[in-house]
Amino acid sequence: MSEAATGQQHPIGIYLKIWALLFVLSFFSYLVDYFHLQGFWRWSLILLFMFLKAGFIVAIFMHLGWERLSLKYVLLLPLVAILVLIALMAIEGDYTFLTRQQFFDT
Amino acid sequence: MDTGSHDDSYTAPGVRGMVADWAADKQAFDMPWGKLMMWIFLLSDTFIFSIFLTSYMNVRLSATDSWPNASEVFALEIFGHHLPLILIAIMTFVLITSSGTMAMAVNFAYRRDRRKTVWLMAATALLGASFVGMQAFEWTKLIEDGVRPWGNPWGAAQFGSAFFMITGFHGLHVSAGVIYLAIVARKVARGDYEQKGYAIVEIAGLYWHFVDLVWVFIFAFFYLW
Repeated sequence: MSEAATGQQHPIGIYLKIWALLFVLSFFSYLVDYFHLQGFWRWSLILLFMFLKAGFIVAIFMHLGWERLSLKYVLLLPLVAILVLIALMAIEGDYTFLTRQQFFDT
Repeated sequence: MDTGSHDDSYTAPGVRGMVADWAADKQAFDMPWGKLMMWIFLLSDTFIFSIFLTSYMNVRLSATDSWPNASEVFALEIFGHHLPLILIAIMTFVLITSSGTMAMAVNFAYRRDRRKTVWLMAATALLGASFVGMQAFEWTKLIEDGVRPWGNPWGAAQFGSAFFMITGFHGLHVSAGVIYLAIVARKVARGDYEQKGYAIVEIAGLYWHFVDLVWVFIFAFFYLW
């Protein structure tokens, strides 16, 4: 029998462990701000903790890690479009900023 | 279609399994339809929040005024200590905790332990409601400080519109989630799902974890960046 028939069933302990882990990761990302880290370490640590937290929530709490590849691809492939949008809008934002500097600032 | 009996062709792993799932003359996704629809809805919601955050990135990149320092904007004085971002940190911990209780509620629901399920769902809804309460407090404080969608005392005018739009839309999701959880919890308590099974709790849980997931990104990009 497949998992969906009985529903996702995992020991409670794993949720408590992930919960604790998310607490620690959130605390770390708060510390990044608290200690006024700047530049490369600030951005890279924020992104690292963010992706770790997001990954654990999706994989364990939302059980996506145990789902079939069919569903994983349906949910994860469209995100490529978002990455393209982010890249395009970053280029656009930079361009707008340079144009504004040229014409608005004295 | 008889969805009650399960086809054992959903066993091949990996890419071969994916091709079999799509190509065979059968239901492609081995799960209750409600759960699949919730996933599809969450995917579309992901796009909405991504567009909000991307447009926030765009206006922040293109603003010529300096961007207000979120660390100081959201600082609070507690017992004479000046703590940056403290309310946001507490809100983050509250939402993560509610995700934890929800995950356990799903687990107990499938074990048909109705009492524990209802209590854990009630705790989740209560934590969610307190999150919304703290957000209302935060909005009130910022509005008193003079933050408006068209301007603020510290710098780039776009800060206010991005803040109200993004946190407002997220807060709306949390509020809707609290109502959704309350309704499902009440029906679980009444025993409405004894025949149909408890997939509904997992579906409600998916929505709730998604709300937590979105907050992870808002916390990183809006408050910490």
